[in-house]
Amino acid sequence: MVSDLGKDSEKSAPARNARSARKASLMLENGPTFQGYSFGHEAPATGEVVFNTSMVGYPESLTDPSYVGQILTVTYPLVGNYGVPPDTRKNGVYDYYESEKIHVSGLIISSYSTGYSHWNAAKSLGEWLREHRVPGIYGIDTRALTKFLRERGAMNGKIVFDDADADKIPFDDPSRRNLVAEASCREVIRYGDGKKHVVLVDCGVKHNIIRCFLTRDVRITRVPWNYDFNVPGCFDGPGGPGYDGLFISNGPGDPALCDAAVQNLRVAMQGNKPIFGICMGNQLMALAAGAKTYKLKYGHRSHNQPVQIYKTTKCFVTSQNHGYAVDTDTLPDDWEPLFVNMNDQTNEGIRHKTKPFFSAQFHPEASSGPTDTEFLFDRFMDAMMKGGHDHD
Amino acid sequence: MIDNLIDNFKKLKKVLLLGSGALKIGEAGEFDYSGSQALKALREEGLSTVLINPNIATVQTSEGAADKIYFLPVTPFFVEKVIEKERPDGILLSFGGQTALNCGVELYKKGVFEKWGVSVLGTPVQSIMDTEDRELFVERLGEIGVKTIESVAVETPLAARAAAESLGYPVIVRAAYALGGMGSGFCDDAAELDATVEKAFSFSNQLLIEKSLKGWKEVEYEIVRDRYDNCIAVCNMENFDPLGIHTGESIVVAPSQTLTNDEYHMLRELAIRVVRHVGIVGECNVQYAIDPMSEDYRVIEVNARLSRSSALASKATGYPLAFVAAKLGLGLGLHELKNSVTKSTTAFFEPALDYIVCKIPRWDLGKFEGVSHEIGSSMKSVGEVMAIGRTFEEAIQKGLRMIAQGMHGFAAGANTAGAKSRLKMDLLTTEALEGALATPTENRIFVIAEALARGCEIQRIHELTRIDRWFLQRLSDIHACAEELADCDDLEDLSADLLREAKQKGFSDYQIAKLIYNPDHKPDKVADDRFNVAEERRGDVRSLRKRLGIVPVVKQIDTLAAEYPAQTNYLYLTYNGNENDVDYADAPGKSIIVLGSGAYRIGSSVEFDWCGVNALTTLRKKGWRGVMINYNPETVSTDYDICDRLYFEELTFERVMDIVELENPHGVILSTGGQIPNNLALPLQRAGVPILGTSATSIDKAEDRHKFSSMLDRLGVEQPRWRELRTMDAIHAFVEEVGYPVLVRPSYVLSGAAMHVCSNAAELERFLGEASLVSQRHPVVVSEFIEHAKELEVDAVAAKGEMIACAISEHIEFAGVHSGDATIQFPPQRLYVETVRQVRRAAQRIASELAITGPFNIQFLAKDNRIKVIECNLRASRSFPFVSKVLKINLIELATSAMLGEDVQKPATNEFDLDYVGIKASQFSFSRLQNADPVLGVEMASTGEVGCLGDDYHEAVLKAALSVGMRVPEKGGGKGILISSGTLRSKVDLLDCTRRLYEKGYRLYATEGSYEFLTKNGIPSIRAYQPSEVEEDPNRALLGAVDLIREKKIDLVINIPKNLTEDELTNGYRVRRCAVDHNVPLFTNARLAGAFIDAFCELDALASPDADSSGSGALSRLPIKSWDEYRV
Repeated sequence: MVSDLGKDSEKSAPARNARSARKASLMLENGPTFQGYSFGHEAPATGEVVFNTSMVGYPESLTDPSYVGQILTVTYPLVGNYGVPPDTRKNGVYDYYESEKIHVSGLIISSYSTGYSHWNAAKSLGEWLREHRVPGIYGIDTRALTKFLRERGAMNGKIVFDDADADKIPFDDPSRRNLVAEASCREVIRYGDGKKHVVLVDCGVKHNIIRCFLTRDVRITRVPWNYDFNVPGCFDGPGGPGYDGLFISNGPGDPALCDAAVQNLRVAMQGNKPIFGICMGNQLMALAAGAKTYKLKYGHRSHNQPVQIYKTTKCFVTSQNHGYAVDTDTLPDDWEPLFVNMNDQTNEGIRHKTKPFFSAQFHPEASSGPTDTEFLFDRFMDAMMKGGHDHD
Repeated sequence: MIDNLIDNFKKLKKVLLLGSGALKIGEAGEFDYSGSQALKALREEGLSTVLINPNIATVQTSEGAADKIYFLPVTPFFVEKVIEKERPDGILLSFGGQTALNCGVELYKKGVFEKWGVSVLGTPVQSIMDTEDRELFVERLGEIGVKTIESVAVETPLAARAAAESLGYPVIVRAAYALGGMGSGFCDDAAELDATVEKAFSFSNQLLIEKSLKGWKEVEYEIVRDRYDNCIAVCNMENFDPLGIHTGESIVVAPSQTLTNDEYHMLRELAIRVVRHVGIVGECNVQYAIDPMSEDYRVIEVNARLSRSSALASKATGYPLAFVAAKLGLGLGLHELKNSVTKSTTAFFEPALDYIVCKIPRWDLGKFEGVSHEIGSSMKSVGEVMAIGRTFEEAIQKGLRMIAQGMHGFAAGANTAGAKSRLKMDLLTTEALEGALATPTENRIFVIAEALARGCEIQRIHELTRIDRWFLQRLSDIHACAEELADCDDLEDLSADLLREAKQKGFSDYQIAKLIYNPDHKPDKVADDRFNVAEERRGDVRSLRKRLGIVPVVKQIDTLAAEYPAQTNYLYLTYNGNENDVDYADAPGKSIIVLGSGAYRIGSSVEFDWCGVNALTTLRKKGWRGVMINYNPETVSTDYDICDRLYFEELTFERVMDIVELENPHGVILSTGGQIPNNLALPLQRAGVPILGTSATSIDKAEDRHKFSSMLDRLGVEQPRWRELRTMDAIHAFVEEVGYPVLVRPSYVLSGAAMHVCSNAAELERFLGEASLVSQRHPVVVSEFIEHAKELEVDAVAAKGEMIACAISEHIEFAGVHSGDATIQFPPQRLYVETVRQVRRAAQRIASELAITGPFNIQFLAKDNRIKVIECNLRASRSFPFVSKVLKINLIELATSAMLGEDVQKPATNEFDLDYVGIKASQFSFSRLQNADPVLGVEMASTGEVGCLGDDYHEAVLKAALSVGMRVPEKGGGKGILISSGTLRSKVDLLDCTRRLYEKGYRLYATEGSYEFLTKNGIPSIRAYQPSEVEEDPNRALLGAVDLIREKKIDLVINIPKNLTEDELTNGYRVRRCAVDHNVPLFTNARLAGAFIDAFCELDALASPDADSSGSGALSRLPIKSWDEYRV
């Protein structure tokens, strides 16, 4: 823990003012070029340019695997104020990060705070970006950029440092890649020794999901995204045979590219064990149920997305980060919407009408963002307690 | 319970709203804004509305804002009377500050609501009481595991030790029931504790030992909850100043800047938990202390009502908290309401900001004699500004210009001689400077600037101030940029990149010019006396900038950080961006810009907000695009639905020009915003900006003492004799001619009041001599001071030099009391017809000579049927809303039409047709201003005003006096009235009413001179002794005036200063201060005291015999009539 006034101490630290910093640009595939100054790693990068309107939580956002392949624009103009917390972890779970590394391809901000200040900061944001070889640009009119993306939709972009790069580096469309496969773990990882056993299908899971389970006395088996958890006896072990509940995590990119996971889910849905999905998990469960997903114009990425429990007066403020959504109209008869976005009426969660399967498009685990909906983990626990035969 | 609410909601037809009364320190314009919003919400739901608020200058008391408006005191007595008369079904308590809330709680406890079947809408009264009572509050929060600040009551030093050890050091010791924090102190260890405790026990038998959280961060959340239990955190805010400084005294930013996601959301979740548990329906504010070295926290306070912070949060986010809270109070849910900025998305959301706002308080401590300048746990500031930027540097520098105390930003020092001498920074030793950092005054931010300029490390400043290093780093960055600018010798040396960076860090053109050219910053250069070099050069900076394409861009405040399209007209300017959000290509010449009045301060407050709002309303009615520029978050004029475009921006020449260049307006109105816009008249005219109404040249003629004086001579209008003099000899010679007393105005001021009345040579010498305030460079203006003259005000409107409306009002006090503090009767009650004729004639002559078009105000002295002009302002004045509302003719509407060049008809009625009387009385906030002498003089001291109507003079006087906190004294009950009646003249003035008091059976106490005078005139009284007499008495057996007050034996203090010996001044001061500190009504002016006493005695005489003796006999006689029931 560093309590001193944080300073960028390295040689390559960003200059105190823009006049001595290296110039850098963000070029959009079908749009203008935005010029700014570098404060991160100085090598070109490509990705889909998206924006997030949350005002806190850059360490959490940058380590969120759902951002794989994306260049993140932060609309809040002052970034880096409280530095970056240390990379400590307990039992394989990071204390302050959402995964082991920065996942964004690049970071675009308006103003970078030199001289961060926080009791829990270990380094500056600039240092951290350089450590993880991720470029960052400040001095951008992020509001103008956001308005452009809002009107034209999320689009591919690249960060370049000199004119030579501009032509050499091609635009890359990450949405054609199976990003979930990139973000998922490669092998089975186990956490905790709680009473209930959850199989967590990792599409790019945020560590706070793991933390939320561990504090609820759950034993987790984290499996790769395409792992076949339906094989009989595959989870027999010290905690007993099988599992009590299935969890499908968040993750980056297009759910339609995750067919293996959908197929596995479809099999599991024939049974009655509780299934809970978040974000990508919501989309994969919808696909497994037979519904369709589609790409949103510019996605929901913020801490202030209002959702309502379908056909009730209960409303919650949620944290979101997704570019695809479930098409509610395509839900089969035995499923129904669980949550609706109050701003644009898009789907925010679904549930099975009789079985204990439900999911949320938003992030009940928050981190970053509001914690209003963490009770969904409790609902899932309740379902597992009941042994998975009905739900309320 | 929900069903109940629905049922209640369905049957609601008429709702009563309580206002907050006069503006005072701690309760100001924000409640006009919240009340106005609530009324709008009620009307949108088709409900009939009744408003009680004696503050006649507010927008909420405008015609049409509520169906029935009562200019009556917001006290249980009057509110019950109105309930009895109006029979509303619902009442809203949370939109009128603490005044309305306290009144509501009292009525609830008395069962008044139950008796008349009135439902309290929104947060239930029990929830309010839970948050207001310290013990209940701690208990209720404890129930849900939320931490509050613990305090332990102890009665022995041993118990104090034990308590401190269990709480853990550092602790704070407070003496229970001691005024003004006497005996309290911080203790870091047992030794310090023992010493403090010993002292504290001399003030009180009981001490409170509290865990000290000094230096913790202070953070607030604004939470909204509906009856479906849906909650949102609309905004959070972080204080720049750590705990220990009242949030009203702190620089505040929104959103928080130094909190991590975990901290932000932990506090958000706790706030929502608290709000749910307490049962708020509507809006609520939760204040926290958070440890800067961990995630430990305490809840400091919960405000179950709209507050200053909620007004700020509304402006900071664009989320209309009061409007939504009112709707929720009616039983609607958040999901049923729309976001009023986007108009398409839901009101159930939390705004995402893509800018930072910075609130800075505005103090006016220099206006008060003897006041302590330290800022701390109680509020002293009189207003505030809000600045918006896309960096902290940009926002705070804007804000420091907005507070208009002679500073042009954080760097580059003071820009006026006044500010320079006030701060006296260059005189501070390092030790004194560090002391000033550790002990905050209203100038602390500038002390930090000085510390940085002297090379003080951020770490050291942090240790002394406990201000988070992030903020200090930002300030240090500003300072570094200023040093780079100062290194340039000429604009030629200034690189485009440095210029752009300076603008992005909030430097004004003036500041840049000053840093480059001011000899103060170039010690190696010959210091020529070119103080205005920056003034001359700022135009060059501007042209250079524009040549280089360095111009500000306009951004919208849209609540969702551009995520959704929003047709919002809420705008600010920034250099941290390159694209305008507004398309200016359409229709040039369609806009008219109205300049607002800036921060509320003594002398300029809600009345100019009313003027600005009415100018906008008139313009919009006539089809113009009404554009407002203002930066005061407490106002209605900065409500984005009051105008077509709102620029929440500086009222500086530079910024107004930026906006003029974008808007290409038909014209600019600067006569409805008080003195700040008026001062821009000449520069704007020179820059070719079309000014609507009276020309800048005429404004200058009225403002320039010499030009104005020679004009009056030409017109044959008299004024008190005056001279601008440069030597003491010349001053003495002039005084010889006009005689004492004289009014003296130095051209610059060291500290305290700018003007002074001197009654003899000694006083004159003392005031001017010692401080060598007079010199060739700094002349002094000396004016003849006419005693016992009446003061009259003319508020008028002219079109092309012809006066079309004119309202004459009369001060109750004699001239010598600042017109902003005086009690004003309208129409005049005691004027000769001849005087009225003279006044009208003089006003018309001045209007013609200056070719006035628009509002203007002239102040006259009248004595022996002769009038003299003492001041003339070619703009709306403080009294425009008062006379407009009493007269029921909107003078601003007339003036605006005139300024648009329309033919304006003279109104058919004037004040002499009225069958009722209006009294405007002033509200003072002395109780908040520790040690200040509560006397009235030539410098204005009041913070607010009320205006009440009555069928006759006495009735209106009594209502107005009660509205500003006076109470009719009780007869009997062991209480009495304490009289020190001052000079012989005032003794005579007070004789009749004192006799009346005696005849009514009041017990009278009088100090020496007054006692003798009363005795001689056959009025028995009890001799009370001055503090000095009591102290000198060896037996300590005298009945002291101060003790009488302390022992609650006095119900009313009349203490007229004699303005003579030091001794008398000190005694008088101590008695007056004691009255203020013990909340006993105090009069320091004989004429006003007489008017009040006559009023309640007169009405008491008419009271029915069965009325009780508690003084409400007089009250029961007061007719309860709404504004519209007073007919011409």
